[in-house]
Order: sequence, then structure tokens, then C-alpha cells
Amino acid sequence: MEVADIVIKFVLIVIIFAISLVVAMYSTYAERKIAAFFQDRIGPNRAGPWGILQPLADGGKMFLKEEIIPTNASPFLFIAGPSLAILTACIGSAVIPWGQTITIGTHVVPLQVTDINVGILYIFGVVSLGVYGVMIGGWASNNKYSLLGAIRAASQNISYEISMGLSIIALLMVTGTLSLKEIAEQQHGWHWNVLYQPVGFILFIVCAFAETNRTPFDLPECETELVGGYHTEYSSMKLGFYLFAEYINMFISSAVMATLYWGGYNYPGMDWVLAHTGPTIAPLLGVAVMFTKVFLFIFFFMWVRWTIPRFRYDQLMDLGWKILIPLAIANIIATGIWITFIK
Amino acid sequence: MEPLSNKRKLIESKPLNFLERAYLPAIAQGLAITMKHFFRKPVTISYPEEKREYSENFRGLHSLKRDENGKERCTACGLCALSCPAEAITMIAAERQKGEEHLYREEKYAAVYEINMLRCIFCGLCEEACPKEAIYLDGPHVESDYLRKDFIYGKDKLVEAPLNQ
Repeated sequence: MEVADIVIKFVLIVIIFAISLVVAMYSTYAERKIAAFFQDRIGPNRAGPWGILQPLADGGKMFLKEEIIPTNASPFLFIAGPSLAILTACIGSAVIPWGQTITIGTHVVPLQVTDINVGILYIFGVVSLGVYGVMIGGWASNNKYSLLGAIRAASQNISYEISMGLSIIALLMVTGTLSLKEIAEQQHGWHWNVLYQPVGFILFIVCAFAETNRTPFDLPECETELVGGYHTEYSSMKLGFYLFAEYINMFISSAVMATLYWGGYNYPGMDWVLAHTGPTIAPLLGVAVMFTKVFLFIFFFMWVRWTIPRFRYDQLMDLGWKILIPLAIANIIATGIWITFIK
Repeated sequence: MEPLSNKRKLIESKPLNFLERAYLPAIAQGLAITMKHFFRKPVTISYPEEKREYSENFRGLHSLKRDENGKERCTACGLCALSCPAEAITMIAAERQKGEEHLYREEKYAAVYEINMLRCIFCGLCEEACPKEAIYLDGPHVESDYLRKDFIYGKDKLVEAPLNQ
């Protein structure tokens, strides 16, 4: 590997890292603003024009708050919890293809940090690690609300990971590869996987809501029952990390959904654009398309949050085990029949 | 049990049908409703920049009136303080000196006139009691402040601005 390649990779990693942090930051602002619009309000508008400096003010506040570690908490695990949560949230973006290869001068740069051939498994591994941050934090707090939140998070994430994995299996039967890059390339133009796997996509998005602990599956932190759930005892930036991790997770799972089901950086008419604008501009347009899809998904996450009330715990388990898993298995069988006899 | 009134109503609860149990149609319906609200005009009045209009008979901050020649109408009779159920009004009367005829209408006037805005309940009994039509609750509402002592409004805040000649 040449030095230039290493530098380019490093720059790419820094850019993706920065983008995911900024997107997470402004998701907090967008969430409050969108919530306001859904409720016929105006939303934050005091910090800067239209309140766009609000995330900075919130971040500054988080940093300056008093750091409290409860006496009976386990100090090491108490700090390890939020660290793990934010770490696992951040490393998920490594395998996502943000665009086609781009030609800058003489260099051909892939807009993906690394194309490992088990990209989906990597994502799944990172996602299932994410629950440890919540579990450790909830357990280390030595508080019954935190513990209940952590238990809920663990059982919910494990239950929904199963149907998520099963819904992916049907997708893999169609695509025949685990590499996210190849999956994105197969969806060239308008051949998006959602057209072949609509049920799989619905299963996947429901599970994505559960995995990111968003409403209607926000039982781990539901304030009406558990004060703050797993982060009841957290203050200062440690709380900030938990909240931040949730938004980064939302960003990453939106990117995964866009890549797996909605064509990633592909859009109808991309060949025409490539022929007319050249190999430098066209991939950038693809990146813009990718981010548009991601932002639409983030908007959808928020839209659902301000529409649907939370599931009761037993309803959540019913939905996960009695409906989603059988449905996912039926989807696999139907896909198999479709591949064997019709395609 | 015998019905105690004829208002009893039998409620039928049918088991949910398949579409209702599938959640998704109901969720789509809910999403449509929230989306309608997304584009609706916000009902917020952004207060300091934008003020809500008061109704015609709104009772707000008191003002001590002047007559058509710019003289203070109040003669410090004390009827307003007497009528005040919250005991918010205090005053000290003084006699008008020679050369002050252009300032005060009657021979007696209020040298000090204070209303404690934290006690006042804005009932309007003082304006009803006033025989000289000197006090009216026609101002805006009382603004916020940090200290209790700053809520005792004296004549500097209550008396109407002098007429412009």
C-alpha cells in the first residue's frame, strides 16, 4: 500500500467520523424541531438563527454539568458503559459504501472505509455489542430502575436481533453476497432490493426501531415507568454519550437500510449522469443521493416517534416472538420458492 | 343488578379483526394524521417579539390618570386602599402648596402611592371605588422581575405620562 493510499484512507475515516458526529448532533436539533412541527409548535429558536446553535449549547451544557458517580455504583463499569455505547455506535460506519469509486486526479478512491466480504455480519456484530453498553451501564448504576431498563434492553435487543437476522437471510438469498459493496452495486439504477423484498424490508425496519431503542420500542428508557431507564443515574457527558450513541445508531441503521434495501447511492438515470459529468462529479451526486435517503430514514424514525405510543412489555415480546419471527421464516420460504420456480 | 338510571349503555367490544391486529394500517393512519399537523401553522405566539391582543375588558397594570389639563386626578381619599381586598395599596396624602396648581387637581394629593403587584389580584374594585376616576386597570400585565421589592410600584411607574403641550 502506498503512502498516498494510507493518507486517503485516513482522510476518509476522519470525514466519515466527523459526518456521523455532526449528523448525530444535528439529529437532536432536528428531533426537537420536527417534534415541534408535528405538535403545531415552533421548537427551539433562541440559540442562533432558527435555533441552529442549539446542539452546541446543549453540548456545552452537558460538558459543564456536575459529574456524579453514585457511592454504591461500580466506578469502572459505570464509566465503561457509556464509553462502550458510543464506541460501538461509531465503528458501525466502517463498512457502509457511501458512494461509488471516485476519481480524483489520477487516484481512484473507493468511498468506503473497508470492503470486508462479511460486511453484514460485521454490522450485526457491532449492533449486538451495542447492547452491552446499555446493560453494563444499567447494572453498574446499582439502581433498580436502571437495572430494569438494562434487562429490558437486553431481552428486547436479543429478541429482535433474531427476526432481523432472519429477514436478512431472505435478502442474502436474493443478492448472494454478504459484502455491502456488492449488494449496493447489484442495485444499479432502480433495481432496489425493496422491490424484491418488501416484507423483508418491513421486518427489518421494525427490528431497526427496536435495536436503536426508538419509540415505539423505547422500553429501556421509558420515563413514564422507569424514571430514565438505564441512564437514570447518569449525568454530565456520560449521559450525553448515551443520548449521542442513540442518535449515531439511528444514523448508521438508516444508512444500512438505505444500502441494503433502498439502493444506497444508486438512483435511476445514474448512467446518463456518469456519462455527462465524468467520474469525479457523478459519484459525489451518488453520495448526495445516499445521504438524502439516510436523512429521509432519520425523518421517518422521528415521524414514527411522535406518532405511536410505546408498546407494553408483553406486547413487545408477543410481537417479536409470535409475529415477526414466523413472518420472517415464511418470508424466507416464499423467497426460496420464488427463486426456484419463478426467477 | 337493577339499572339505577336509564343512562346505562351496553358497550360491545368486538375482537379485533386481522387488519386491526396487524398494526400497520393503524400506524399508517396515525402517520397520516401527524403529517397533516406537520404542515399546519404553529399556534405558538413567540411572546416577547409578538404579543397577544388583550380583550376589551382586560384588567392589567394600574395607571393613575391625569385630567384634560394634565393635572393628577387622585386626591388621596383612600377609598381604593379601603376597597382593596388584598390590601395592596398604600398611600400618604399631602396638601397642595401654592404654585403646584398645575400639577394636582384638588387641594389634597397623594405624595406616595404604592401598589404591591405581588398582592394585587387585579379584581378592579379600586377603579370601581374611585370617586375621581383617577385609577384604571388598563395597562398590560405586570412584567417579571428578580426581587420582591421591585414589585412595589410607586408613582413613577403608575402615573400616566404628562400631556405633551
